[in-house]
Amino acid sequence: MSDLTHLTISQARAKLRGKEITAAEITEAYLSAIERANPVLNAYVTVTEDKARDMAKASDAKLAKGEGGALEGIPLGIKDLFGTEGVHTQACSHVLDGFRPRYESTVTTNLWADGAVMLGKLNMDEFAMGSSNETSYYGPVINPWRRSRLDTVVMPTTHQGDGGFVSAGGTRTARTLDNAQLVPGGSSGGSASAVSAFLCAGATATDTGGSIRQPAAFTGTVGIKPTYGRCSRWGIVAFASSLDQAGPIARDVRDAAILLKSMASVDPKDTTSVDRPVPDYEAAIGKPIKGMKVGIPKEYRVDGMPEDIEALWQKGIAWLKDAGAEIVDISLPHTKYALPAYYIVAPAEASSNLARYDGVRYGLRVPGKDIIDMYEKTRAAGFGREVKRRIMIGTYVLSAGYYDAYYLQAQKVRTLIKRDFENVFAAGVDVILTPATPSAAFGVADEDMASDPVKMYLNDIFTVTVNMAGLPGIAVPAGLDAKGLPLGLQLIGRPFDEETLFQTAHVIEQAAGTFQPEKWW
Amino acid sequence: MSVDLQTVKRVAHLARIAVSEEDAERMTGELNAILGFVEQLNEVDVSGVEPMTSVTPMEMKKRQDVVTDGSKATDIVANAPATDENFFLVPKVVE
Repeated sequence: MSDLTHLTISQARAKLRGKEITAAEITEAYLSAIERANPVLNAYVTVTEDKARDMAKASDAKLAKGEGGALEGIPLGIKDLFGTEGVHTQACSHVLDGFRPRYESTVTTNLWADGAVMLGKLNMDEFAMGSSNETSYYGPVINPWRRSRLDTVVMPTTHQGDGGFVSAGGTRTARTLDNAQLVPGGSSGGSASAVSAFLCAGATATDTGGSIRQPAAFTGTVGIKPTYGRCSRWGIVAFASSLDQAGPIARDVRDAAILLKSMASVDPKDTTSVDRPVPDYEAAIGKPIKGMKVGIPKEYRVDGMPEDIEALWQKGIAWLKDAGAEIVDISLPHTKYALPAYYIVAPAEASSNLARYDGVRYGLRVPGKDIIDMYEKTRAAGFGREVKRRIMIGTYVLSAGYYDAYYLQAQKVRTLIKRDFENVFAAGVDVILTPATPSAAFGVADEDMASDPVKMYLNDIFTVTVNMAGLPGIAVPAGLDAKGLPLGLQLIGRPFDEETLFQTAHVIEQAAGTFQPEKWW
Repeated sequence: MSVDLQTVKRVAHLARIAVSEEDAERMTGELNAILGFVEQLNEVDVSGVEPMTSVTPMEMKKRQDVVTDGSKATDIVANAPATDENFFLVPKVVE
């Protein structure tokens, strides 16, 4: 049964419609995979077995009548940031203890309307603040990928198998897995880990500064942050409202396109949801990219970037060139200011959004001698260190006398960052190719990152510009580094041109292949 | 710009987060590291640049001024730590 979990969404969709398998079977396969793996990987914070079985049963009834929706019977994991009616929704924070909303987010409503099955809620950095999934109240998520060493062993030529292969000279190369546990990235670490480890067919995620694309790159999965306004933010716990966007993490480009088609919509409940019909993203896959203009920004070549990443970037350029694209050097001069501007804008918006957690309307309450004391004690006990740090920065930069120096300056810089992209697109560039992250996945409890918050923030150096400009960006796996860890490339597109991203990412995927971790859990 | 211990305590109070002496000291160092990092924004010439208010140029959506939702007081208080007859209960604020 476990091989059912290895089907992509498009494969499972065909088998479900062809009645070769049932939604109940594939759902059971995922539930048992989760039961075995979750004590080790900690990707799910809650598993909704009963709901999953009920939804699968309803899907099978529809499929039997030939009435299935676009995702009928496909089991998905949902990031804990999405409001799900009657089900654990805490943004993986202690301050939302016991919160079970009486409503359903628009994105998940769309998924269920298309027939998807909910397996449970996925772990994440608290309030989506983090790049390693270590700030979760529910503990870190473990990356299914581990570092490995290539060994060459002389073998009798009759012996084959167990993961190695026999070479012409009778020697065998085998990868030996290291035991060190690595982070899956963040904030959508549970989503990335679960998709990569075959604990769901696909997952919802959100991205404020890189929280879909960085974990996708760290786990060999595909993650797309659509244009701001493409997916409704209604019912998603807010972090930084002018930057937050929902998107999928999936095992391949086609699955990401299928999921985004269902997640995206025009929603009157979100005033920033854009009135544009949702195109059929899957139709863009397989279209030739001959003559497409691909921009390579020189500012993304940063000091101390590992050679593996530079080499991978060059490979990506060569693949697109081979497919007939025209490669052009471009400049995005304000790139280096995106991350510092982000660390003013995002905390400022967060400090305002998180003011609502006061122990009155939902979640945790710690009693105090008066109401102010109750607020202060509740928030001190309910928020983790990283969340407090960002609320403090946000409160400071918005406080009287500092607003112009910090917030206003940052919003002006943001205009310049967006203008850089507009100039490049106006000059005829269709899509921009960059590395997705400045490194491969790092270790759990990395000392350098723990001692210096800014070091952790640098994880988003290639992804954060895209949020600041509201553009779509996709991370697609493109190869393994010398230690056998996945690395990703990022494609950045024009506003609402997700189709070009899927089209181009598919060319990279065709050249690079797809990547699966060796199972150790 | 950098912050001192007194400023950190004042900001923590504005943000309604109780901090111990030890927390405040640790936060002072962390906040100064972040403020040091964002300092580089001052090098950017922003003369004549409008601050961004919306990433997508669009007109603010408006809707008819009609009631579309409501009459769900029990849903609204369902998750509250303390309630009484559809009211949120808080410590006494008016003497």
